[in-house]
Amino acid sequence: MTSSALTLPIGRSLRQHPLLARYAPIATVVLALIAIWYVAAVLMNLALVRGGFEREETPYTVSELIAGTMSAERPLLPAPHQVLQAFVDSVFGYPPNAPRSLVYHSGVTLSATLLGFLLGAMLGIALALMIVHSRVLEKSLLPWIICSQMVPILALAPIFIVVLGAIGLQGLLPKSIISAYLCFFPITIGMVKGFTAPDPMQLDLMRTWSATPRQVLSKLRWPSAVPYLFAGLKVAVTISLIGAIVAELPTGAEAGLGARLLAGSYYGQTIQIWSALLASAILASGLIGLVGLAERGVARQMGTRP
Amino acid sequence: MPLQMSKSLKLDSSGATLQPDGETPLVTVIEPAGMNKTADAKLEPVASPQRLAVDVSHVSLTFETADGKVDALSDVSLQIADGEFVSFIGPSGCGKTTMLRVIADLQQPTSGTLLVNGMSAEQARLGRRYGYVFQAPALFPWRTIEKNLKLPLEIMGFSDSEQRLRAARYLALVNLTGFERKFPWQLSGGMQQRVSIARALSFDPALLLMDEPFGALDEIVRDHLNEQLLQLWDKTGKTVLFVTHSIPEAVFLSTKIVVMSPRPGRIIDIIDCNFPRERTLEIRETPEFLKIAQRVRVGLRAGHSYDE
Repeated sequence: MTSSALTLPIGRSLRQHPLLARYAPIATVVLALIAIWYVAAVLMNLALVRGGFEREETPYTVSELIAGTMSAERPLLPAPHQVLQAFVDSVFGYPPNAPRSLVYHSGVTLSATLLGFLLGAMLGIALALMIVHSRVLEKSLLPWIICSQMVPILALAPIFIVVLGAIGLQGLLPKSIISAYLCFFPITIGMVKGFTAPDPMQLDLMRTWSATPRQVLSKLRWPSAVPYLFAGLKVAVTISLIGAIVAELPTGAEAGLGARLLAGSYYGQTIQIWSALLASAILASGLIGLVGLAERGVARQMGTRP
Repeated sequence: MPLQMSKSLKLDSSGATLQPDGETPLVTVIEPAGMNKTADAKLEPVASPQRLAVDVSHVSLTFETADGKVDALSDVSLQIADGEFVSFIGPSGCGKTTMLRVIADLQQPTSGTLLVNGMSAEQARLGRRYGYVFQAPALFPWRTIEKNLKLPLEIMGFSDSEQRLRAARYLALVNLTGFERKFPWQLSGGMQQRVSIARALSFDPALLLMDEPFGALDEIVRDHLNEQLLQLWDKTGKTVLFVTHSIPEAVFLSTKIVVMSPRPGRIIDIIDCNFPRERTLEIRETPEFLKIAQRVRVGLRAGHSYDE
């Protein structure tokens, strides 16, 4: 394996290369995880493969047994290369709008995620504004907001889908609503904190200039809340992806990563499940990366100390 | 280092107010939002024979705290004429900051009456008649220096070109030309405080309220800013109310020193201090200076400020 390359005498200049210095620790962890994964795959699939050999009454060697654990059709735990192979096949093997293409399913989930994220962010900010605006609203809204997050979404999602289906809402919107329902919470909590973040002195200053409440909001409270907004958005964007996937589970699920997961578990297609998981992990990192990028751009605009 | 004035900052002959463009007065009363016509009429200052910038009579303020009542101000009366530089000195808890906050309408007195520029404190605040400088610069970290200066002007609805003009003018006044595009964290503490003074002056209020503005700065920067502030006062003809802990600072800057004492917050002594308007730090070694400083110290002692 390539990890041995790290210990080879490859010269000081290369070892001190900034790229290598930056990524070597991460690479080491990833390689270690892959190694552990292979060992676990062998151990977990051993009984399955041995049973297969014995049923067919063919003699087998240890190396055949181990090779078998890594190429089983429906393993308990697929080996990493099997997952990667299935992933690459289902991403590049079909046109992006084919029902067997992971790109197609990712796209379906991504659109629900983005719409849910947008709705959730707007709802989260609106609730925070109301809570900061009035103590009555704070007292009446906050308990409900917290309660809403205590109900397990897995139990709630089918109810949502059925009820919304009954009033004629199907497809993208119900999924987005569930996704928004899950993801508004961190934004609300963050923005309540953010809107109340300004220094008393800054608030007094606005008062000495007899600024209107709207000016205080736009020129002081809103900019003060921006760091809190991005902290909330980062949490929310992953939650909204989870929400979209969960929302796809009870729909009978024709499309979306959730549908792939569900179909995979129906038919024991573990490799399909894992490649859908890989796709959702890649989507999540991509979304967080985008929010981080936006955050850095805004921070630069706002002159944040580097 | 003396304060440098650019040509555009030259004063009109009266020397009373800073009027950069000659004819038009800098202060245009901007209608505060939400004020109706009848309230507007009340905004007009009441004509008085000798103009008082601040007229405080029998003002008391009691805070309700968990440990009971605290008399922050007890029956305080004080008249401050236009153009004076008045320092408030006293130990912590003597109510000098509260005094300033009451004048600024950031806090309301429990009893007594208070006139600022001949109108109530609230009317004066709504009419943007004073600029306030806090202990800390309290700049908005996401705004550049120029935009920080423009903030009160934006709020008060000045035109874009007027905002630009004024930002440049008042940055020059505090010797910070060239720092327009910097963010606050890129400036030293003393520079930041100068920006906050320029910001308080930017809408040209007749009254400047300063609450220990140099308290957090080191001695050298403080001396330097004291000299600059004095020149600023001399050139702009503002009335300045200045809260401080420091006896030399109070004596050096003021035309009048108000000595206060705690529990309950009250005025012990009011000392006139008539050094020439043009003065340098050297006067701090003169016998007159030391005599006044001594009187302040005696006043503070009489108010039991050195107890505990």
